[in-house]
Amino acid sequence: MFSYRSAIDHADVPNVPIEALRGTIIDYCRNGWDLMAFFGIPVDGENGAELIAVLGDPDTHTLEILRSLPVRRYPSVTKECPEAHLFEREIFEQCGVHPQGHPWLKPVRFCRSAGDGQRPGPAQANYFHIEGNEVHEVGVGPIHAGVIEPGHFRFQCYGENVMHLEIQLGFQHRGVEHLISTLPPHAVLPLVENIAGDSAIGHATAYCSIIERLTGTDIPLRAQILRRIALELERLANHTRDLGAIGGDTGFLPTSAWNGRITGDFLNLTSELCGSRFGRNLLCPGGVKWDADPALCQSLIKRLRTAYRDVRGSVNVMLETPSVLARLTGTGCVSHETAVDLGLVGVAARACGIDRDARFDWPLSDLESPLLHVRTEMEGDVRARTLVRSLELDDSAAQTEADLQRLSYMEESKIAADVPNLPAGKIAVALVEGWRGILCHVGVTDDDGGWLAYKIVDPSFHNWMGLAMALRNEQISDFPLCNKSFNLSYCGHDL
Amino acid sequence: MDSGLQYFLQFGAALVLAPLVPGIINRVKAKFGGRHGKPLLQLYFDLAKLFAKGEVISTTATWIFSAGPVISLTTVVMALALLPLGGVPSPFAFRGDFILCAYLLGMGRFATVLAAMDTGSPFEGMGASREALFGALAEPVLFLCFLSLISTATSMGMKADFSLSMLFNGFALDAWLHGRPELVLLTFVMGILLLVENCRIPVDDPTTHLELTMIHEVMVLDHSGPNLAFILYASAVKLWVFCSLFAGLLVPVLPVWAQTVLTFGVIFAAAVIIGVIESTMARLRMHIVPALIGLSGSVAAFVLILTLVR
Repeated sequence: MFSYRSAIDHADVPNVPIEALRGTIIDYCRNGWDLMAFFGIPVDGENGAELIAVLGDPDTHTLEILRSLPVRRYPSVTKECPEAHLFEREIFEQCGVHPQGHPWLKPVRFCRSAGDGQRPGPAQANYFHIEGNEVHEVGVGPIHAGVIEPGHFRFQCYGENVMHLEIQLGFQHRGVEHLISTLPPHAVLPLVENIAGDSAIGHATAYCSIIERLTGTDIPLRAQILRRIALELERLANHTRDLGAIGGDTGFLPTSAWNGRITGDFLNLTSELCGSRFGRNLLCPGGVKWDADPALCQSLIKRLRTAYRDVRGSVNVMLETPSVLARLTGTGCVSHETAVDLGLVGVAARACGIDRDARFDWPLSDLESPLLHVRTEMEGDVRARTLVRSLELDDSAAQTEADLQRLSYMEESKIAADVPNLPAGKIAVALVEGWRGILCHVGVTDDDGGWLAYKIVDPSFHNWMGLAMALRNEQISDFPLCNKSFNLSYCGHDL
Repeated sequence: MDSGLQYFLQFGAALVLAPLVPGIINRVKAKFGGRHGKPLLQLYFDLAKLFAKGEVISTTATWIFSAGPVISLTTVVMALALLPLGGVPSPFAFRGDFILCAYLLGMGRFATVLAAMDTGSPFEGMGASREALFGALAEPVLFLCFLSLISTATSMGMKADFSLSMLFNGFALDAWLHGRPELVLLTFVMGILLLVENCRIPVDDPTTHLELTMIHEVMVLDHSGPNLAFILYASAVKLWVFCSLFAGLLVPVLPVWAQTVLTFGVIFAAAVIIGVIESTMARLRMHIVPALIGLSGSVAAFVLILTLVR
């Protein structure tokens, strides 16, 4: 066990037998720990991989990293610890290690297996299939009617009711993890910012934190504040857009149209900071690249207030319209138990009453955040996910304004610290609350200070299964609305 | 001017102006959303563009697929020809023509549903099943409206041949002003039918791109070119048909020119109302739609009972 902000030596994580690793994962997860990452590192010479599990206890802010002896197969933990299901499929796909007894072992993405030749593409995998005279199957995608990312959704329906939805992704697989460990350092950040284009700042923060934690770099206070401003602006823009999209899918026009415009206002604030509406090229390991002078801060505050006033009004119109509430309430419910079992994160988890928020569980800095709160709802339906977003808008706007004020009265100082080369044989974990939920990056360096492994877990990775569960016994016509209320990333999942 | 010529002038005007109604709805919605919006005449441009285009037909589709749009347009124009379009009775009017009118619309729907199923797409199959269900539920409500009007007419001692041209030509408002206030409820029923039959919010969302939630739009996804133009034009005319029925309940008997102007005015006003409804209301969840139709049906039945007990 160790504090989450420190890096630990590879040597301090001894290889344990797989049974011990398995037992620890199951034990810890039963005791309220979260499985942050679970992946394999192929071992040279031998046919197999050592498995690494990262577990976190949000209450004590401690992490536990476990490493197994190299294995080729092991008894699956999914049955005891369902949140591991996708991790195990991924391990099977990436390293060829077979989790025996996994209930539904099929490809996660399009990946060539480490062992026996090539696997089929994503849509050609096996699917659950329900048979019967009145049961019908509807396949949607990977090409969709809107301009969105590709993913394949297969519904088993009885009339209008969905008995089961299976989501198959992988069409966006670009091999990001592999690229990060092979590209020259200067080319990595632009890549990280494109892991999920709408979470550019979130992923960049996680990557920079990994580098800083590995090298033991402390970033200047000014940079900490600027990073938080950028992260909250990203949250504001995306929550605004999601709320508008939820309005759009219920057919409620005004909020949909207004939020489309206001999203741009928030994005433009980020653009004032660094020249990119999505916050690209704002962060760098050691701090940030762009400073904000007092004049800019004041102008940002003014524009932030206007944009916040607009979005508050627009969202209130939606939330005060009975027909919208009737549409949202009770649609796409995920129970608290299901959410805990599947290890849901972020907005989707908080809407089910799980009070997890990495901004409090794993704070990035020692900055106080009196204006932020963990916003939870109990119902787990579309309305709950809408309300959580709506409440987080308030918090983020208030905190960003306070941060901008503070920045404008602070003395100009350094915004980036020098970062030494990566040390050899260390492991660091970065946990960042992106706007969707917790982003987990794990960096493992080899003996020469290069990457032995770089692992990324986007919140979407945990939450896609939540969407599938939300659709159980719902109407198929409610799928788009449920989908919007989760608004998960395809490329963040596919990497 | 003889009444036949007057009627054909009105009929021509209806056919020419029908694409304006969706244009008005879109403009109202755009204003509510703070957008500039499409031009008022956008549907005319779209129709012109589509007629100049070629057509792609799925290799699995048969002649039914191509016949669907033609049949639905033909039937809806025939239904329009049975309506009084503003003070002049239709020359085709006959006793009981409202039954023909209802089933002409039903036949158009049937053709669209068949064409949708012909493509074999699961989306279109779903849309077809929804359309068939809601159509089947809406039909008795329409007949309850007709029955209420006829019942009122007989109880007022009228012994005419009851046709659409008689019932929807200033009669309703006249009866209402002569002590039959229950008829005002029929405007509510007709308003709901207008929304249901024309797939407007809160029943269907004509602007959505999400196939899984669509009713009408999803059935015509595979159509293109002139056939799509037929479909778009047919739905505009159908909207006009229902707006005319709505106007027929509200417009009093006036000199022909005044009644015509007022009828057309009410039709455009109905378009504005639809636009306002679509801008201020969300869609219902699909399993609540039958409840909405049921509500309008019970109101219509209530009106019928009130007219009978007198």
